[in-house]
Amino acid sequence: MRGPGGGTEDLPTPRPGPSQDTHDSHDAAPGCASCALSTGGARLARLGLAPGRHDHVVALAGNPNTGKSTVFNALTGLRQHVGNWSGKTVARAEGGFTYGGARYRLVDLPGTYSLLSTSADEDVARDALLFGQPDVVVVVVDATRLERNLPLVLQIRQITGRVVVALNLVDEARRHGLTVDARHLTRELGVPVVPMAARRNEGIPDLLAAIAQVAGTEDAPAPLRLVHKDPALEEAVTELAGRVAGRFPGVPNARWVALRLLEGDPGIEAAVRDGTLGELATPATPVERAG
Amino acid sequence: MSSDLLDDAARLRRALPDDVGDRVVESLYTDAARLASTSVDRDDARARLTLDRALDRILTHRVWGFVAMGVLFFGVFWFTIAGAAVPSDLLYVLLVENGHAWLRDVFVAAGAPSFVTGLLVDGVYLATAWVVAVMLPPMAIFFPLFTLLEDFGYLPRVAFNLDRLFARSGAHGKQALTMMMGYGCNAAGVTATRIIDSRRERLIAIITNNFSICNGRWPTLILMGTIFVGAVVPPGLAGVVAAGSVVAVVILGIGVTLAVSWTLSRTVLRGESSVYSLELPPYRPPQLWRTLWTSIVDRTLKVLKRALMMAAPAGAVIWLIGNVHLGDASLAAHLVNALEPLGWVLGLNGVILLAYLVAVPANEIIIPTIIMLTLTLGANTVGAAPGVMLELGDDAAVGSVLVTAGGWTLLTAVNLMLFTLLHNPCSTTVLTIWKETRSARWTAVATLLPIALGFLVCASVAGVVRAFG
Repeated sequence: MRGPGGGTEDLPTPRPGPSQDTHDSHDAAPGCASCALSTGGARLARLGLAPGRHDHVVALAGNPNTGKSTVFNALTGLRQHVGNWSGKTVARAEGGFTYGGARYRLVDLPGTYSLLSTSADEDVARDALLFGQPDVVVVVVDATRLERNLPLVLQIRQITGRVVVALNLVDEARRHGLTVDARHLTRELGVPVVPMAARRNEGIPDLLAAIAQVAGTEDAPAPLRLVHKDPALEEAVTELAGRVAGRFPGVPNARWVALRLLEGDPGIEAAVRDGTLGELATPATPVERAG
Repeated sequence: MSSDLLDDAARLRRALPDDVGDRVVESLYTDAARLASTSVDRDDARARLTLDRALDRILTHRVWGFVAMGVLFFGVFWFTIAGAAVPSDLLYVLLVENGHAWLRDVFVAAGAPSFVTGLLVDGVYLATAWVVAVMLPPMAIFFPLFTLLEDFGYLPRVAFNLDRLFARSGAHGKQALTMMMGYGCNAAGVTATRIIDSRRERLIAIITNNFSICNGRWPTLILMGTIFVGAVVPPGLAGVVAAGSVVAVVILGIGVTLAVSWTLSRTVLRGESSVYSLELPPYRPPQLWRTLWTSIVDRTLKVLKRALMMAAPAGAVIWLIGNVHLGDASLAAHLVNALEPLGWVLGLNGVILLAYLVAVPANEIIIPTIIMLTLTLGANTVGAAPGVMLELGDDAAVGSVLVTAGGWTLLTAVNLMLFTLLHNPCSTTVLTIWKETRSARWTAVATLLPIALGFLVCASVAGVVRAFG
């Protein structure tokens, strides 16, 4: 229930989602938000992930209605209206915060259940995470619906290891008699899992510390390697991942790329064709990008 | 080179079964389920989802769900109407009566030329003062109440209730959600249709979003309901009847949305309705103070700001057309006379139609524009200058201005309420529709269809009333 512009107008650096915005991307071919014919910087800007005057870029992902907007507000101190329903945030919000002397730019991605490219929202989130290479991806997870939220976490973990899981709504989970073992999840996922209740500002300091730790680390965990039960699929993924790694040496998430190619994901196929995928092989360090 | 990779992928894909996508998803969900089951400890004894379930049993019931919906919305409007009366009076006396007279004195004392005083004080200031007095109190009550319902998790239940009706109209169930957004702002509602993937259903949702009463139109409805509809019954019932009339317009809007969706999906936008899953969020106790704060800052002030920004130039325009004379009458008088026949057919009048032309940028300023035009043009007929006749104060003053100077009847008010529901979207919304559809044709349809319906409905009501009354 906001004014035109989806409520981004109060934010410091408003920028609507790349797939819809036609003003920013007039230099790109129509319908190609992630084409790599331009320089990396311009592409990142179009994905909404250019660091600008900030040291680190943090992307905020999560299923719809997990309290993503609440976490966003808690981190940035902004008071964007938060609604108790799915799909509330359509346009992308951006904000910034400072922690431990470093300046962070926070980009709120559309809430999605997966990154399997079945809707415009999922494409936006997928492109931002894969090609934008944010320094940290915060995945907001609803502790009361863990099973339904984990598929997205697992997909993001297959793309990158620079992840912090914000286990939100633990207060609500407690009321429903649910206890989530965050330490077990941390072990299984290989990334920090921070229990929190963003509405009450509980756990925000821990989340900030975890973000800073992941942003500052040189060796983030490798992308998660999920083994597929189906032997034929597993074999095909392994074979194709080898070719992907051969063609684009150093791509960190070759298995995930291979899986998407096997499924015929048009966005990834385009990235193979025009070489965008190759740019993932040389991950820029946060310091270089800040300049 | 790189196409080799795609060839490899295609070759490997051919070797795999067709349902490879399903298998990938399946294995992903198996992993997620395993991880969830080992991480979550469930204390069934303490599980208290029962309250949620009990609430849902009522609020999403086939019959009671609709009854609850009516009662809740009715309560919100009644509270708004009853609560806005006193602060409205106060602001009116402060800003319109005293403020205007005082500012006028200051300008006259400073020796400002009369057209400067007229343009700035009688035009710009008076229009903005009217907007604040008329709009601020109902908005300051209505928005927090609506936001509380939203935060509680009620809106998705409304969507759930309406889903069946939308599906039967050949539209997407998510249209109920974008409709809810439209109750705040149609431009936001149109943007929200991005959640609908099918272009056909998205167009239906965009075209019909205008039938959700937006921020700018609530005050018009609430005011008309209060002054005219509430006034025909004994004072004890006035609030209830006034609120009921607003609810009736809202329900009519839902009916029109469904009817237009049905017609579109059977004519120019033919096709199947998509299946989707609607997640009903848990009921969450709203955080009262934060909700009050954000709804006042985020919505009330934002809408008010927009209204003021539109009201200031509109005030200048009103003063100018009221004071620039062409031959024997003012420009406004010429325009009103030209529009009068059409206004009469629609059961409205020339002033209202002219106000809608002046207020194309924002619906928010319709009522202030109508009042100012009526005062400017009606001043001669009742022998009073603007400012003098307003000493009656409050809503009664607005009513008496419109009745004595404007010649309004109950029919005028009811048809204005109908026309408020059924007319072209504001220019911001039209621009948003163009941006979202990139189609001049569909933008034109979305703009002209509501106003055509409005003409049809208003003219029919006026015809029937005149034939029998």
